[in-house]
Amino acid sequence: MELLTPSYGLIFWMLVWFGIMFFLLKKFAWPVILNGLQERERSISDALDAAKNAKEEMVRLKSDNEKILAEARSQRDTLLKEARDTKEAIINEAKSKAQAETDRLLTQAREAIISEKNAAVTELKNQVSSLAIEIAEKVIQRELNSPEQHKALVNDMIKDLKFN
Amino acid sequence: MKSLVALSIEKVLSLKTLVLIVFLACANAVCLASSESTEHTDANNHATETSHDAAGHATEKFNPGKTIIDHVIDAHDWHIAGEGANSITIPLPIIIYSSQRGLDFFMSSHFHHGHQTYNGYMLQGHKVVAVNETESIDAHHATIDQVTTDALLDFSLTKNAFSIMLSCLIMFFLFLSVAKAYGKRTGQAPKGLQSLMEPLILFVRDDIAKTNIGEKHYKRFLPFLLSVFFFIWLNNLLGLVPVFPGGTNITGNISVTLTLAVLVFIITTLNGTKDYWMHVFAMPGVPKGVLLILTPIEILSIFLKPFVLMVRLFANITAGHIIALSFFSLIFIFGEMSAAGGYGVSVFTIAFTIFMGALELLVAFLQAYVFTLLTSLYFGAALESHDDHAHAHDAH
Repeated sequence: MELLTPSYGLIFWMLVWFGIMFFLLKKFAWPVILNGLQERERSISDALDAAKNAKEEMVRLKSDNEKILAEARSQRDTLLKEARDTKEAIINEAKSKAQAETDRLLTQAREAIISEKNAAVTELKNQVSSLAIEIAEKVIQRELNSPEQHKALVNDMIKDLKFN
Repeated sequence: MKSLVALSIEKVLSLKTLVLIVFLACANAVCLASSESTEHTDANNHATETSHDAAGHATEKFNPGKTIIDHVIDAHDWHIAGEGANSITIPLPIIIYSSQRGLDFFMSSHFHHGHQTYNGYMLQGHKVVAVNETESIDAHHATIDQVTTDALLDFSLTKNAFSIMLSCLIMFFLFLSVAKAYGKRTGQAPKGLQSLMEPLILFVRDDIAKTNIGEKHYKRFLPFLLSVFFFIWLNNLLGLVPVFPGGTNITGNISVTLTLAVLVFIITTLNGTKDYWMHVFAMPGVPKGVLLILTPIEILSIFLKPFVLMVRLFANITAGHIIALSFFSLIFIFGEMSAAGGYGVSVFTIAFTIFMGALELLVAFLQAYVFTLLTSLYFGAALESHDDHAHAHDAH
């Protein structure tokens, strides 16, 4: 029965050693260990939170960037379109202006040509008539005494004359 | 739900304990019978022979029961190896007090393994008894002073007491170094010894204390629960080591488990809330007639809970030691018949002991876990406030 009978001596020593060990550990070991664990758990959860926040921030930044990029792209497109339009407008304007100028110049030239031609024809007519008169004067000096009769005679003849 | 699970765990464990107690009782009966017969033969020897010689010892028949019990119980010296006079033992201090003779302090080596008296005392089995002769003589000629023996207070630093001291020292330095690591490496990953202990500390904290005592109170009990858990586990493991610092059956000693259980009982009782005592003495919502039956059961259960804790740990660990020793005894039993038989059986014995050793490693952890788990369950029950219960009754 010795196996089943508690001995007070051993109970005494058990209380003494276990008690000393318990109080020493309670004072020097367990609080440090448990606080250390808690501290680490806190820092880990903090770090995880920070990582999560950073990730969210990154996602936000990324979407922002994309938005900005898209905006820039569309802006570029409009700018390009505008530039193209402006270019076309300028070209068209220049073309029409040039056309108008050309037309104007052509008309002017035509008019000038016509007037020059008319002047030249008139000049030619006058010269031819005076030449003819001179010739005719020389030819028919005697027959026609008054120059007025001669002029009337030439003019009648010129009127009958047709160029072309 | 939580308590239901705990209850079923309790039931299963109780069943196991019951089986072990029966087994133990049988083992004990066998051992007692054999040790009695040894005493008889010893008495016969004394009657016929006047001197005690080594030859008589050599021919003494191997007594497995006595051997096993000798290895499992406490002793006044720490036997390491060898037999009889050639054995290597560590002498331990004997501290003894009697009202007639006063305080005595001397080393157990003076007893010469129980063969001599010293200073008016001698060893009888594992007990120190007072003898009439004050000078050192052969123990077999001494006459026991029964009156003084009955009043003797034995506070000797026995093998178990010494072993408890050693394991407490181991624990202290172990956790002091772990604590230092936590102090030095704040917020960093654990390393070395610290990472070995950390999962266990977290296990006790999260799975044992927090779940059973509750978020509010668990911190207060953690130092005790951790100390108990690691004390039991370390000593269970040390008990499995066959050489010097180990091999003692501390957690399988009834005095040790009794002390732990009483501590648990005291803490539970001191922390009992009004609700806890209400549930013990007058379970709310139960008719008065039923209370007559229920209250005695509840009161009994207050004492039964720590008692079960005490017996479970004691029985499980002692059973483990007895099983291992029984296997080894087989070698010597067969060895006595023939040397070949001894060698033959040793093969099976070693195989079985390795298997049992592996099982005991599990049991060592399991018993530490179960003791701590139930302790925190009892603490939790003592601290639980039944506010929701009270509201339910108000509604009625």
